[in-house]
Order: sequence, then C-alpha cells, then structure tokens
Amino acid sequence: MTDFLSSDTLSGLVQGAYIVAGVLFILALAGLSKHETAKRGNVFGMTGMALALVATLVLAARNAAILPDQRPFAITLTLIVVAMLIGGSIGAWRARTVEMTQMPELVAMLHSFVGLAAVLVGYNSYFEPGAADEGSLAAIHSAEVFLGVFIGAVTFTGSIVAYLKLSARMKSSPLVLPARHLLNLLILIVSAGLMVWFMADHSDNAIIPLLIMTALALFLGFHLVAAIGGGDMPVVVSMLNSYSGWAAAAAGFMLSNDLLIITGSLVGASGAILSYIMCRAMNRSFISVILGGFGSDGAVTGEVKDYGEHRETNAEEVAELLANARKVVITPGYGMAVAQAQYPVAEMTSKLRARGVDVRFGIHPVAGRLPGHMNVLLAEAKVPYDIVLEMDEINPDFPDTDVVLVIGANDTVNPAANEDPSSPIAGMPVLEVWNAHDVIVFKRSMATGYAGVQNPLFFRENSRMLFGDAKERVDDIVRALG
Amino acid sequence: MRIGIPRESKPGETLVAATPATAAQLIKLGYEVVIEAGAGGSADQPDDAYTAAGATLADPATVWSSDVVAKVNAPSDDEIARLQPGTVLVSMMAPGRSPELVEKLRAAGVTALALDAVPRISRAQALDVLSSMANVAGYRAVVEAAHAFGRQFTGQVTAAGKVPPARIFVVGAGVAGLAAIGAAGSMGAVVRAFDVRPEVAEQVKSMGADFVFVEMEQEVSSDGYAKEMTAEQEAATAAMYDAEARAADIVITTALIPGRPAPKLITAETVAAMKPGSVIVDMAAANGGNVEGTVTDDKVVTANKVTIIGYTDLASRLAGQTSQLYGTNIVNLMKLLTPAKDGELVLDLDDVVQRGMTVAKDGELLWPPPAVQVSAAPAAAVAAVPAKEPPKPKDPRRRLYWAGLGAVLFMVLAAYSPAVLLNHFTVFVLAVFVGYYVISNVAHALHTPLMSETNAISGIILVGGILQIGSENTLVTVLAVVAVLVASINIFGGFLVTLRMLEMFRKD
Repeated sequence: MTDFLSSDTLSGLVQGAYIVAGVLFILALAGLSKHETAKRGNVFGMTGMALALVATLVLAARNAAILPDQRPFAITLTLIVVAMLIGGSIGAWRARTVEMTQMPELVAMLHSFVGLAAVLVGYNSYFEPGAADEGSLAAIHSAEVFLGVFIGAVTFTGSIVAYLKLSARMKSSPLVLPARHLLNLLILIVSAGLMVWFMADHSDNAIIPLLIMTALALFLGFHLVAAIGGGDMPVVVSMLNSYSGWAAAAAGFMLSNDLLIITGSLVGASGAILSYIMCRAMNRSFISVILGGFGSDGAVTGEVKDYGEHRETNAEEVAELLANARKVVITPGYGMAVAQAQYPVAEMTSKLRARGVDVRFGIHPVAGRLPGHMNVLLAEAKVPYDIVLEMDEINPDFPDTDVVLVIGANDTVNPAANEDPSSPIAGMPVLEVWNAHDVIVFKRSMATGYAGVQNPLFFRENSRMLFGDAKERVDDIVRALG
Repeated sequence: MRIGIPRESKPGETLVAATPATAAQLIKLGYEVVIEAGAGGSADQPDDAYTAAGATLADPATVWSSDVVAKVNAPSDDEIARLQPGTVLVSMMAPGRSPELVEKLRAAGVTALALDAVPRISRAQALDVLSSMANVAGYRAVVEAAHAFGRQFTGQVTAAGKVPPARIFVVGAGVAGLAAIGAAGSMGAVVRAFDVRPEVAEQVKSMGADFVFVEMEQEVSSDGYAKEMTAEQEAATAAMYDAEARAADIVITTALIPGRPAPKLITAETVAAMKPGSVIVDMAAANGGNVEGTVTDDKVVTANKVTIIGYTDLASRLAGQTSQLYGTNIVNLMKLLTPAKDGELVLDLDDVVQRGMTVAKDGELLWPPPAVQVSAAPAAAVAAVPAKEPPKPKDPRRRLYWAGLGAVLFMVLAAYSPAVLLNHFTVFVLAVFVGYYVISNVAHALHTPLMSETNAISGIILVGGILQIGSENTLVTVLAVVAVLVASINIFGGFLVTLRMLEMFRKD
C-alpha cells in the first residue's frame, strides 16, 4: 500500500484526475450558455468536483505516508470528513431554503467564504511553505502568499458588506469618507511596501508585514463596497465574484496546484465579464462604479424642471385595457422583487395568454440586484423562459405593442437616457417602452429611481400611473380579469 | 337674470341654442330660462322636455325682452329691432365678414358676443362653436359623400369578385378635416390628406390617414388658423391638388381662411378630369367654396358625372347632436361669464377670451379685438446648447503598441523567472482566455445560475485546505479545518442552489 502511495504512478494519476476535473468545470460553464444544456452542465460541475475531492484525498493519504511532520492519516481523514459534513449540511440547508428574491445575498455570502478560505490557506502556506523555500523560489512563494491573502481579505470583507447591504442590515446608500480615493490609494501603496518587506524577510518577523497587510486589506474591502450604492450592486456582486476567482487562482500559485489555477481563472474571467456587461448596460465605466455610486459627486441635484402632469389610472381600467390588447410587454425591475409580485404577475400572464393576448417580458441587463435576477424570479413563478426576452430583442417590438406594464422599474425605462444629453444617465441603453401605444407604470409614489433622475416617461401622454404596492395592484388586476 | 332662447328664423334651420339638458345647466348657474314654444322641434327636442328640465315656455316677445338672448344664427333686421338696449346677444355673427351687421348691433346698443369669434387658445376651446360644429360637419360630409357615391367605401374580396376600397382625399386637417378623415377611415376607405401647416401631419397620421407632403418650405402657423400661401407656394401645391384629386374617388375640401373668401383649390379643369361617379364635398361652400363649380347650398352633377356637394348646413343635418354641442358651448360661456354662479352676468373685457368675442357693447364698436398671439404649434426647436467637443477616438494602433510593449516586457520578465512559475503561468493565461470565451456565450437569462455555479466551483480552494490539515502544526490544522468547512458550504450550497434554479426554468 505504502509502495503504491509513494509511487510516481499515483502522482500522475492525481494530476490526470485534476486535468479531467478542470475540463469538466469548463464544460459546466459552457453548458450554461443555453437553457437546454444548463442542467447537464451542472452535473458536469458536480462530477468534476467529486473527482477532484477523491484525488485530493488520495494525495493527502500519500502526503501522510511519505512527508515528515504529518499526523496519522486516520485523524486527518476524520477531521476532513467532519469539516465537510458540517459545511456541506449548512450549504445544502441554505440552498434548499433560500428565497429566490434573496439570491443576491446568498451569492454575496458565498463569495465571502471563498475569500475567507483563501486567507486561511494563504496563512497556512506561509507557515508550511513545503518544498519551495530556497532563494528566488522562496521570494516568489512569499509574493504568491501575500497576493493571495490580500485578494482573499478584500473579497471577504467586501462580500460581507455587500451581503449586509443586500439584506438591508446595512444602509444601502454610499458611505462617503473624506478623501476616500486617496485612502484607497494609500492602502495599496503601503501594501506594496509591506510586500517588499515580506519577500525580503525570511526570519520569523515576516509575519508582521503579513498581519498588517491583512488588516489593511480587510479594511479596504469594507471601504470599497461601503462606498457603493444599492443600485450598483449587480456590478459589485459580479466584481466580488471575479475577486473570489482570482483569490482561488492565487492560492493555486502558492500551492503549485494547476486545478486551483484553472478554476480560479475561469471564475475570475466570468466575474470580470459579468461586471463588464453590467457596466455597459449602465453606460458607465467600471472605474466609476468601483469608485462610488451615482450622486456621490454632487453633480445630480434634484433639478427642478416642469415635466407637466402625470395621469393616474386604476386596476379595473388596466384590466380592461389588457383584456382588449393584442400585444402586451411587461418590464419588471427591482421593485417587483421587493414587492414579491412575481407570482401574481405570472398568474396575470397566464390569464391573459389564455385569452389569446401575446404577453412577453423585456428584461434590462441591470434589472434587479444580481445579473439575471429577474429571469430567476420569473422562472420561480413558472413563467416560461421563451417569453422572457432581453432588451435588444424586445426594443424593436415596442412600436407594435399595445400595452407595456412597467412594474417596479424606473431608470431602465427612462427616455431621458436617449433624449436628454445633459441627463446623468444619458447614453445608457434603456427599454424604449414609450414607443408603445399605452404605458402603465406601477409605482409606490412619484419618487425618483436609484439614479435620482426624474423620469419624463411618467409625464408622457401615453403613460398612466398605477400607484401602490405592486403585488396588491397586480392582484387587483387579476381579480378584475376574473 | 333671464336667458331667452328664440326659435331660429332662418329658413330650413333645424338647430336650437339650448336643449333640455343644457337648459337645466343654465338654470343651475342661477339663470331663469325661457324658451320660445316649438324652438327645439326640428332638433327633436319637444317643448315638454324643456319644461320638465325647469325652463319656461314663452311667447316671442317675452323671449326677445330677456336680459340674455342666445341663438344660433346671426339675428335678422327684424330680430335686431326687437332687442332692447343693454341686452346681451349670444350667437354666431361672422363679424369679420359682416361689417353691416356689426354696425347694426352697435347702433341697437346691445352687447353682442360672437360665438364664432372665440380666440383659438386652449382655455377657450370649451366655448368654441366652430370646433364643435366643424366636428359634426366633417362627419356629415363623409355621410353625404357616401350617399352620393355609387360604391362601397370598404375593399372586399367576395365570390363575386374583388371590390377596391374607395380612395378619399381630404384637404385641410382642421377639426372638420380630421373628423372627416376619422369617419371615412372607419368606413373602410383609404384616406389621404393635405394641409398647408405641415405640423399637423402627425395628427393626420394618428387618425390613420397618409399625409401628402409638398416638397417646399412651409410656414408654421402662429394663430392656430391656416394662412393664405404665397404665389410661389401656390403653384407647387396646385399641381399636387390636381394629381391627388384625379386619383381620388371622393374629395372633401375644408380650407377656410378667417375673414376672407375661401381659396379656390380644385379647378374646373381638375374636376373635368376626375373619374365619372366621383364625389366632391365642398365644406367651404358658405365662403365661396374651394372648388370651381360649387353651388352654395346645392348638389350639382357635372357633365362628366362628378357630383359636387355645396351644402352649408352639414352640421344642421345632425340637428339633435349639433344643438346639444352648441348648447354646451353656450353653457360653458355662461359659466365663464357668471363667476359667482348667481345668475348675474359679468363681462370682463380684460379677459382675452371675453374681449375677443365681444363685438359691440353699450353703443361702442369693439370689433376687431386686439390680436391674440397663441402658439398652437411648438416654437421651433431652440438651437441646441453647443455640445461638448466629443473626445477624439483613440488611435487603434496605440493600443496595439501598448499590447506589444506589454508582451515584450512580459517575455523579458519570464526569461528571469523559474520554470515552475512559468508552467503555472501558462496554465493561468490559457485558463483566463478559455474562461473569457466560454462565459461570453452564456445567456443573459442564466447569469444568476452562472454566478452560483462559479461560487460552487471556486469552492475548489478546499483542495488546498485538505492538503494542509495533515500538518502536525495545530494552528495550521485548525485554520485548514475552518477553510475546508467554509469551502464545503460553497460547494454544496452553490451546486444545489444552481440545480434548484435550473429546475425552475421551463418552456411552454
């Protein structure tokens, strides 16, 4: 047994298993490109993970057998199994009980765990550097540890703040400290200095720069996300997704583990692309989102401009309008998630479809607090995904649409983005709902949206406002439809 | 005060200045309403309906001696003679075209309010009888045309062959023109329309008709009425009228210029070239007509069998409807004139609406009123604020240079790096690019499952923890156990929640 454990064959076998696992992870993400293949992709992912775990356990057994300073493998295995059982049951429990409206919180929380794990693994790698502790390799290993811990720490606190903001346990408005950009820059410079110290120092004192940097990075993560407002959360969450990937990749470098590098890079790239898509959908540069939310620079004041009168309507009128329409488009926003209105909306949709009305959904890329959030909510309420369209698909159809229902969306349907070059959201691609024959806007009040910009849509001649809680109003319409 | 509603004396007039419904509203304003017996007969408004509404039936003498006399047509000389000085007379008067009538009214010492001289501003629309009557007349013009036209309006494909839709050309997209467009369109005809004010093209389109453009400069109307065109414009437009009229089955003309005879738009030559059986309704017949050959108040058929209808009483042909609208206009006027709702008429000559329609008062001539500038059309767009200089697009080659520089630097750095690091770096760079292309294909709708899936696989960091647990260093073991624990939350939570979400997505 010991012979086999110490043989080179086993080492190759483990490496092979890792490569297969890496391929399976790539296939898992590739599967998500279409609804039809998504489930299969998820199975690939789980298989890859199982394979990687088994291979790693074998590797741990080999380490116990041949490396010095190791505990008996029985104890190690027990610890691993216990830790995984606890973690696994917590994860399974959360996955089963989480409300779909709370998906952003769950995702943010999971990011923080990756960050935490990266910090812990980084510290361990410092305490137990393994084989590479000579000369330039040692310095490089130090740099890898340092970077891994830094990224992990930023991800950890950043994700926790994002979680607190999304779950409304912390105020979602941006926290503005004086000279905050300077502060961030200072932390980066000091950290770079500490890294040089850490790489050069091979004595026991090296722990000092590592600890100081960890504290600084934890603060940086907190400060970065605290300065970003609630509406930019889709970008923040995908950005943290990216960071968690880079943290894993850094861990791969310090542990010389290619599987970690591959997986971390995949996740890092994924988060980066999602952030880019979200930023483009808001017509803002990544930098400007990261450096703080709308309005933080004081440019957007409550401009006083006369937009005219808005007109109110009631649920009965809307029901009649819908029943007589041929084509209806529903554009939901975060407001629908807040009001938990997705179920009545789905019921209304099926009633209208039963009457032969062509009902479709138009989803803006940044609707909600997580990329793709609205799609998940509608899927949860059993709205068929083939009538849920993207902004670019639905925009040309608005002139031919009889009624548009805007439910809890504001900035994403603001005509000022197209028509008013001085508007803070000018140039942002929006759902061009105003081209439809009639527009019904579900809203709590005439207050402005996240960007603090007044929406001229509300004052258009073909717009009418339906005030009140979105869920109750949609319920009223469902009742009126009979 | 007492409001008297006389019977109209003009031969053939079917309208009445008040219906029982509007009489009741006048009474609500505090007035006493007297109706000449039989006044509403032709408009299907029987006398007992008026009494039921609270009005009193009276003889002509009583009616004409009221404080306010409201009627439809301008008063005849006999009627002016019956008016007492100080009486308020409300009716249509066409003051611009009938100076002698205005003079007589002045001499009679009455306060004359012309309902057809209301300034065209939004506030005054509720009392503008021209609008309300033109609306009815436009509809009736289509009905008269349909009556004279030998075919159906709507196109059909039947077993007996194909029926083409009637083609209708409407000149002038004012109230009457738009009403005609609407009526003709809903009967199934193909409608084209023209107006010298290009800004009404949108209204024409909204009624379902095509707007005919003449390629030339147009003036934007500033007083809400169409203007007479310059000779040069007229020449270009005449050709268009000719072409459109020849192609049309039915032509409805509504072109009027306030205070002047109607412009002649359709020449005898054009009429002669129209298809036999075509119909022209000249709604401007009262002012001389837009069509050469129109006989006012009559229907004539030309040699080539084109029917020209010159009725001026189109609105009166829908007497009940028009009387109700006319009466409501009067009620709205009285509301304006009775601010206290106490039945006392107060004329405020500082108000542009009241001043605009007051022709004479206390023997004083008040016509014409000072001009009221209204902006029926939006002012021409103010020149855009000078836009910021757009940033110059960066030279794409510069990016290339930077990328090249980066690549060279990287290679130099790599030359001094240990092989192990380079191996890892190879894997890293390739994985980033694979990730980039794979993720770019992910559907928008699946971005949330994508995030939870990546959450799950980034739990792979657990591998690091597992390999560190075995260390004899207790601190390392403890940290590693915690790392394994939180990473397991990610793996199990991530995969299971992804599975749960994907289960929910379904197709019809």
